[in-house]
Amino acid sequence: MLLGPSLAVSAILFSIGVIGVLLRRNAIVIFMCIELMLNAVNLTFVALSQQIGLDGQVFVFFVMTVAAAESAVGLAIIIALYRHRDTVNLQSINLLRG
Amino acid sequence: MAVVFWVVASLAMGSALLCITRKSPVASALWLVNTLFQLAAMYVMLDAHFIAAVQVLVYAGAIMVLFLFVIMLLNLGRGGPSDIKGPWGKVIAGVGGLVLVGELIVLRRVTPPWSLQLPPGTVARAVAERGAVRVVAEPLFQGYLVPFEITSVLLLATIVGAVVLAKRRL
Repeated sequence: MLLGPSLAVSAILFSIGVIGVLLRRNAIVIFMCIELMLNAVNLTFVALSQQIGLDGQVFVFFVMTVAAAESAVGLAIIIALYRHRDTVNLQSINLLRG
Repeated sequence: MAVVFWVVASLAMGSALLCITRKSPVASALWLVNTLFQLAAMYVMLDAHFIAAVQVLVYAGAIMVLFLFVIMLLNLGRGGPSDIKGPWGKVIAGVGGLVLVGELIVLRRVTPPWSLQLPPGTVARAVAERGAVRVVAEPLFQGYLVPFEITSVLLLATIVGAVVLAKRRL
C-alpha cells in the first residue's frame, strides 16, 4: 500500500511550499510555491481516493480548474503591479503596510 | 513498486527544494515543472492514470507555460540581486516549515472509519474493468454535474477578470 508514503510526501511538499512563501520576496516565485501547495493537496486527494472512493479524483479536477483560474488572475495582477511599480519584489510594494 | 515510488518521491521533493532556493525565476519554474512531472508519475502508481495525463497537460503544460510567459514578458529572467530573505527570514521559514511537517505527519495517523473504507484494490479493479477515463467521467457527469457547470461560470469570470486586470488602461 502506498497510502502512508503518499500522505507523507504530500505533507513534505506542502511544507516546502509554505517555506517558499515565507522565504522569498519575488511575487512570481511565491505564486509558484502556492501552485506547489495545491499540488500537494491533489496528491492527498488521489492517495485517499484509493481507500475512500473515486470521488477524490473528481475533486482533483475541480482543484486544477480553480488553480488554473487563480494563476490566470494572479499573473494578470502581477503584470498590473509591474506596470505601476516596475518591480515584482514584494518588499518595495508597501502601500498597505503599516 | 515501493522502490520506484521512493525514487520518484525523492526526485519530487528535491526538485521542490531546488525550486524554492534558485535565484532565477526561470530556474525555479523549470524545477517546479520537474516536480509536477514526478507527481504525475506518482498518480500513475496510485491508479489515477487519467489524472496523471491531465496533470502533465494542464499543469506542466498550460499553467507553467503561462508562468514562464509572464516571467519573460516582464524580463525577470536574469537573476539580479537575490530575493531570498535574510537570516531571520530563513530561520522563521525553516522553523515554520518543520512545525508544519510535524503537525501533518501526526495528522496522518488518523484513519477513516471502517464503514467508509473500500476493500483494497477496488480502484485498481475498477480501472481495469471500466477504463481509466470512465471511472472519473461517470461521477463527474452524474453526481457532480452541478459543480461541473458552476466551474464554467468560474472560468468565464476568470477570462473577464484577467483581460480587465491586464489591460493597460482601466
